[in-house]
Amino acid sequence: MSHTTTVEHVTVIATESLSKRFPRVTALDRLSVDIAPGVTGLVGANGAGKSTLIKILLGLSPASEGRASVLGLDVAKDGSAIRESVGYMPEHDCLPPDVSATEFVVHMARMSGLPPSAARERTADTLRHVGLYEERYRPMGGYSTGMKQRVKLAQALVHDPRLVLLDEPTNGLDPVGRDEMLGLIRRVHTEFGISVLVTSHLLGELERTCDHVVVIDGGKLLRSSSTSDFTQATASLAVEVTDTADHPDGTTALRTALDRAGLTVQPAGRGADGSPGSDHVLLVDVAGEETYDTVRDTIAGLGLGLVRMEQRRHRIAEIFRSGDEDANAAGAANAAEAANAAASAHGNGGAVDAA
Amino acid sequence: MPPETVTQQRADVIHNIGYRHYEGPRLGRAYARRSLFSQSLRGAYGLGRSAKSKVAPMLLFAVMCMPAAIIVAVAIATSANELPVKYTRYAIMLQAVIGLYTASQAPQSVSRDLRFKTIPLYFSRPIETMDYVVAKFAAMASALFILTGAPLLILYAGALLAKLDFADQTKGFAQGLVSVVLLSLLFAGISLVVAALTPRRGFGVAAVIALLTISYGAVSAVQAITWDQGNTGPVSWIGLFSPITIIDGVQTAFLGATSSFPGGVGPGTGTGLVYVLVLLGLIAGSYGLLMRRYRKVGL
Repeated sequence: MSHTTTVEHVTVIATESLSKRFPRVTALDRLSVDIAPGVTGLVGANGAGKSTLIKILLGLSPASEGRASVLGLDVAKDGSAIRESVGYMPEHDCLPPDVSATEFVVHMARMSGLPPSAARERTADTLRHVGLYEERYRPMGGYSTGMKQRVKLAQALVHDPRLVLLDEPTNGLDPVGRDEMLGLIRRVHTEFGISVLVTSHLLGELERTCDHVVVIDGGKLLRSSSTSDFTQATASLAVEVTDTADHPDGTTALRTALDRAGLTVQPAGRGADGSPGSDHVLLVDVAGEETYDTVRDTIAGLGLGLVRMEQRRHRIAEIFRSGDEDANAAGAANAAEAANAAASAHGNGGAVDAA
Repeated sequence: MPPETVTQQRADVIHNIGYRHYEGPRLGRAYARRSLFSQSLRGAYGLGRSAKSKVAPMLLFAVMCMPAAIIVAVAIATSANELPVKYTRYAIMLQAVIGLYTASQAPQSVSRDLRFKTIPLYFSRPIETMDYVVAKFAAMASALFILTGAPLLILYAGALLAKLDFADQTKGFAQGLVSVVLLSLLFAGISLVVAALTPRRGFGVAAVIALLTISYGAVSAVQAITWDQGNTGPVSWIGLFSPITIIDGVQTAFLGATSSFPGGVGPGTGTGLVYVLVLLGLIAGSYGLLMRRYRKVGL
């Protein structure tokens, strides 16, 4: 984490027992969280309160209770100033089909207060950075989902904000488009120096991209910690071996031998990474450099063929599964509840658009 | 924060000139509001939009100005003593054209933002709900003022070319301008309120046309019947129930216009004041309704 001294510099977003209650639903429930510069993932099931939080942070919806500040500005008083240096990419489609990306982004830049010539210049730059070239002069109606997402990102970046709020930026993208978008988001921070708050309901997607992950559920804070905390503590080695005549079940033989050598070993299990044969994979906790030697020597000693030995970071989701089974079960129940509540609210005339 | 200029020093990527931060001025709310106003006003004549969307507004503008040009040409050719049509009368005569223009452009201005959900992008920027409503309202009213004011300008220029009395013509022109300003504000307000209710442009167009023509049709029919039965009293009051007859009433009472009501019985000064109050009430009411609508739409 950064070592700056003043509070304003350390936190990009700070909320203090922030609550938002609608007549039928509590969207946020005494949420207190500090978010530092960098890429932060905001994870939660649909209806967990992500969109409500974003609305409050942009100063567009008053909180029922508690306080929040963005870039050191109070959301209740300085909404306009916050929105001048914050970019927002909505979850849903928001592009008129009959204008070109260039025209649209120029207009949006001017709406952020950029003078006409600067708006045009920044538009050209930004569209290039998000990877739109010749097609930017064509009407947006003909764009693919991936291109539309890029334009949506560009309009959020065009005024060179200090923070962007990205609501489900990978929604509707195919795996390749997803990877590209996540890479782009990472670059927004590393190359452009802009802090990012990105929401998703997919935990796994954010682990590669984010420095920090905040999990909310039913409007409550479930967990907030750095991605490295999640993954470093559990660095492990995935080992897969062949079976031989001596050892018809090589995996089990290796497991017993490694146990004897004093290493913590567990089967990866079929669900771990979903790849075929993953029930033949052993996960060995890495205690230090010598672990690698021990594993190699043990395998050589047994005369097994080594198929693969690779360093592996646990997925955040896995930690939730094994780490706090109870909390997670409770969380799932909450999520289901929240989803139900949201669904019924929609059924009753959509009182809670926030959900 | 990590160092922000790292990429600018990289030399390994030739085409990547890196991300440049914006250090220039940020002009804030008032500028953003003006930008939205000018974009909407230009859009009302199809400027900055596709060639196809220029056709309708430009055609209607031409149709609106054509009679004025003909009147002027005739007046000059025949060396007439006065223009055959009063300035205040012109918009009433061509109300169908104004109605069509309003119906085609008001939904264009507001329904699109609702339909394509562009609204949240506006409200995630420095402007507030009020700025959006004011900009859209002002743009629509200005577009209508251009449509209704341009032919008056043609008439006035022609009148001066025909060497008609300067003082007379200037007074008439000024009265005509005041009348079309009021008309523009009223039509803009009513049509935007109707159009902002639906994200569907087609519904918006139909609803605005229906509102303007049905109310006018009903009012003039009831007025005609009342007049036929010999009741001259209620005729002027009935005019309060359609936008164009309200304008007619106000200008008859205060702007030296001749009423187009049956028998020419427009409202007098007393009734006229009620007309003015209703007119201002409608304009303010439309603004209030738009504010209410957009506070709900939000993000």
